[in-house]
Amino acid sequence: MTVLQIAALAAVAIGGTAVVVAPNPLKQTLVLSVYGMSLTALFFVFQAPDVALSEIVISTVGLPVMILLALRKVRQNERQGEREEEQ
Amino acid sequence: MSRRARLVMFGLAGAGFGVVLVLGLAGLPAFGDYKGVYGNVINGIGVTERRATDLVTALNFDFRAFDTLGEEFILFTSVLGVVLILRQMRGEQDRPSQREAEEHSFAGASAALRALSLVLIPMLLALGVYVVVHGALTPGGGFQGGVILAAGPLAVFLAGRYLRMKTVAPTIVEELGDAIGAAGYALVGLGGLVFAGVFFKNFLPLGIPGHLLSAGQLPLASIAVGLEVSGAFLVAFSEFLDQALVVRSGPGGG
Repeated sequence: MTVLQIAALAAVAIGGTAVVVAPNPLKQTLVLSVYGMSLTALFFVFQAPDVALSEIVISTVGLPVMILLALRKVRQNERQGEREEEQ
Repeated sequence: MSRRARLVMFGLAGAGFGVVLVLGLAGLPAFGDYKGVYGNVINGIGVTERRATDLVTALNFDFRAFDTLGEEFILFTSVLGVVLILRQMRGEQDRPSQREAEEHSFAGASAALRALSLVLIPMLLALGVYVVVHGALTPGGGFQGGVILAAGPLAVFLAGRYLRMKTVAPTIVEELGDAIGAAGYALVGLGGLVFAGVFFKNFLPLGIPGHLLSAGQLPLASIAVGLEVSGAFLVAFSEFLDQALVVRSGPGGG
């Protein structure tokens, strides 16, 4: 195992833990995309560039966008609910 | 259940899991020790039999192309599900909430983010097309390139223009890309059935390894999948964006 591979494995272990302990969903999403980048590095140093290419776009663009939009919708609904309660 | 009981349960389950995990890991082959036969066979015959230099793509779109057909339709069907669940109800009308959709799509679209997104758009599109058409030559292929292509119009949205994104990638184009790509990949397989007698058997000239038009059906299959994947992701993104940014007003209000 090369130094790069050990470093990538360590980054994934730390990143995965960081995603779990992130305080709220919004921050969790941002940590998740950084974690995705460490996964990309892992796939790359373990000689799976095809997987790395998919992972980098999915984890840094695709997944965070969908989670952020869903969070936004949830907040909209909550705010609407509050407004209706006030009336 | 009390906190104490839960901790005891976790302790028991965790200890059991740990024992099984250690036993399992102890039986693993040494790092880098590969005993598989399939990989070595593909590595041996990939370039001579299929003239493809990226054997992962050769596997996906040729040796086990039928699996990929199923995988492709998994994506197609899940996007179909998203569209179905988030569809506009009868009587509802789209009313872009002025503050959100018109110019400034979301709070915090700073000048730096907009400028960076504008720089990224052509780069993403060029990289996406490159990855799709070079699927048989270098790492990548239809799926990877398709996702990169879908990120291009998304960068238009990041630049703060939701309605502009609708202009560069109208819903009908996204849906057509999704559908034509999905059908196109199945048609490549059908071509094999018609011209070579077996579903997904290569029926195109193989060419010279390393050339853009080589490896028989691989470039064609790669382009079809690229179209399908980019279309599918854009349809899903659009549906999610519509949910978050467009206020629906039905007959019953709200």
